[in-house]
Amino acid sequence: MSEPEVFFVELNGVPTRVWRKGSGPRIGFLAGFGGLPRWIPFLDRLAERRTVVVPSLPGFPGGGRGHAQLDDHLDWVLAARRLVGLAGLDGADLVGSSVGGALAAEVAAIWPETVRRLALIAPFGLFDEAEPPADPWAQRADAVPALLCADPENWRRLKAPPEGADAIEWPIEQTRASEAAARFLWPLGNTRLAKRLPLIQAPTLLLWGEQDRVMPRSYAARFARAIAGPSETRLVPGAGHLAELDRPDEVAAAILAWTA
Amino acid sequence: MKLMWFHLMPYTELPDDFREKHPSVWVDIHSSLFDPKRAHRMYNDFMDELEYAAECGFDAICVNEHHSNGYGLMPSPNLIAAALARRTRETPICVMGNSLALYNPPTRVAEEFAMIDVISGGRLIAGFPVGTPMDTCYAYGQNPSMLRERYLEAHDLVIRAWTETETFAFNGRFNQQRYVNIWPRPVQKPHPPVWIPGGGSVETWRWCAEMDYVYCYLSYYGYKAGKAIMDGFWAEMDRLGKDRNPYRAGFLQFVGVAETRAQAMELYREPAEYFYGRCLHVDGRWATPPGYMTEATQRAGLSSQVARAAGADSTLGKGTQERFAGTAKDMQGIVERGYVVVGSPDEVAEQLREVAKSLNVGHFMLLLQFGNMGKELTRYNTRLFAEKVMPQLRDLFSDWEDRWWPKPMGRAERALPADFVAAPQALAAE
Repeated sequence: MSEPEVFFVELNGVPTRVWRKGSGPRIGFLAGFGGLPRWIPFLDRLAERRTVVVPSLPGFPGGGRGHAQLDDHLDWVLAARRLVGLAGLDGADLVGSSVGGALAAEVAAIWPETVRRLALIAPFGLFDEAEPPADPWAQRADAVPALLCADPENWRRLKAPPEGADAIEWPIEQTRASEAAARFLWPLGNTRLAKRLPLIQAPTLLLWGEQDRVMPRSYAARFARAIAGPSETRLVPGAGHLAELDRPDEVAAAILAWTA
Repeated sequence: MKLMWFHLMPYTELPDDFREKHPSVWVDIHSSLFDPKRAHRMYNDFMDELEYAAECGFDAICVNEHHSNGYGLMPSPNLIAAALARRTRETPICVMGNSLALYNPPTRVAEEFAMIDVISGGRLIAGFPVGTPMDTCYAYGQNPSMLRERYLEAHDLVIRAWTETETFAFNGRFNQQRYVNIWPRPVQKPHPPVWIPGGGSVETWRWCAEMDYVYCYLSYYGYKAGKAIMDGFWAEMDRLGKDRNPYRAGFLQFVGVAETRAQAMELYREPAEYFYGRCLHVDGRWATPPGYMTEATQRAGLSSQVARAAGADSTLGKGTQERFAGTAKDMQGIVERGYVVVGSPDEVAEQLREVAKSLNVGHFMLLLQFGNMGKELTRYNTRLFAEKVMPQLRDLFSDWEDRWWPKPMGRAERALPADFVAAPQALAAE
């Protein structure tokens, strides 16, 4: 696993990290809950066949304190749209997981020409009272890894401070990622995305970890029903909410096939 | 110094096995535990106790705000304060306070506090807490990432609503109101004294200094844990060139007085263990929601000497879970760690004198009712404190002026609520 190329774009005056690796047609990735404090194998799998481009979401690792100036949903959606453009992803395929999935769906709905083909991994954005998603911000600390990944070790590996990391700033950055997601989604994760799903024309792949303990599997059908473009739903065995962490090969293969 | 009598209004009948059978006293405490007819008694007892404290000569009576909480039955302290305003004559009423970000529009707070100030003839102390995570983010669904900004903006709006004489438009980041013009206006000018309960964040200290507000450290863990926080506060005041007027600060302390220390240990064991064992049993799920704590405070919690000096009971930079986990829950530990000051009147007076001097705190907010303490014991504790402890503390800090105390209307100007008690009897006699 080699390191990606790193560059920064300025979003609302905040230098925002973008990773790029590989060659071939571009494909973008908007990260899920917790963000990407480090490069992950899933992105390498994509980079084997494509130019994978990963802009950090505001407040997520690499996104500085960009979340602090986003006060409402319009601010968030515009930030996501601008990030896609600044990262050079206009018209490319777009993948969004979890929190990033909710934003990728908005971009595809409101600016249809921006997204060629779309892949969503257990996206946030809907809420059904009869079957609510888990509340990721109301968890005992020791319960979080198993909530987000089928194998809790995968979450722990994502979040473990690398050698030489700042012992104070590293944990603050991880809390900030959770705060940024909360700023966007608190308290229910319901962004009223349901109203805009019928605007999505892009062919959409819906990926869901079979052991997702955050987002009920039935939500996949809600997405599939509401999206205007053709869609396909695939369960990922052995994967939890952040399926790209639990099953990087399978998730990447499905996406590569969908966007081929 | 000022000795203020504070009521949390705890539900006093949580079951013995509460800790084992129920995950939390807060947020998702089960409704089956609440008996409205029992609570009818509790509210009335509690209000009797507050009124009794006023009768006994405490400098102020204090109430506060909590939501979905088994140890705090005042979602609206303003309702209680309004009732107290009618049933007391002289005693200032400290509402500690209204969590500003929870009110939409926040002018509601300006209005209700103005009403209390007018009804009471200018006896209100206006407390503005941010509010705990449990109250604000979970029970009230406020976004933790925006809570503080909303709080500060709401504060600005309330102060302007109190002080501006013309109708104005408020064009805030979170609040927009075309016509702000509250009616009634507070008696106290420019506005009632503002007190800020806070944790140990340096931003809050600086803000209190800048605004000339009283900073209150309201921890349930007593003077030993509070020492480092108050030291930090005074060090910051020094840095900012502010004087060490002890009336800049308030401090919460549980107290149990009896004839002897042994008797006090016996009398207050049950209510203290009830409070620390059941009332503070909060599920770790309601740990600090992300963004509730500023990054500066997280940094301080992770790195600073202050947190270490404050020791195990420090709240600095800690989430709810961490805070409640390591605390003492048995009477011995509760007293040893200073959560509750117990003893004979002389012993309590001596200890509190030391605490006040060492923390340099001019306003003590005393919890003389706590946990499931009944009305009789509460009266006993209150009276004994008023008669035997208070006189020994009164002279403290007499060379300082308390610029943050209510300035009521003159006695002659104030209304006297009518006394109708005799009327029905007179009618019945006819």
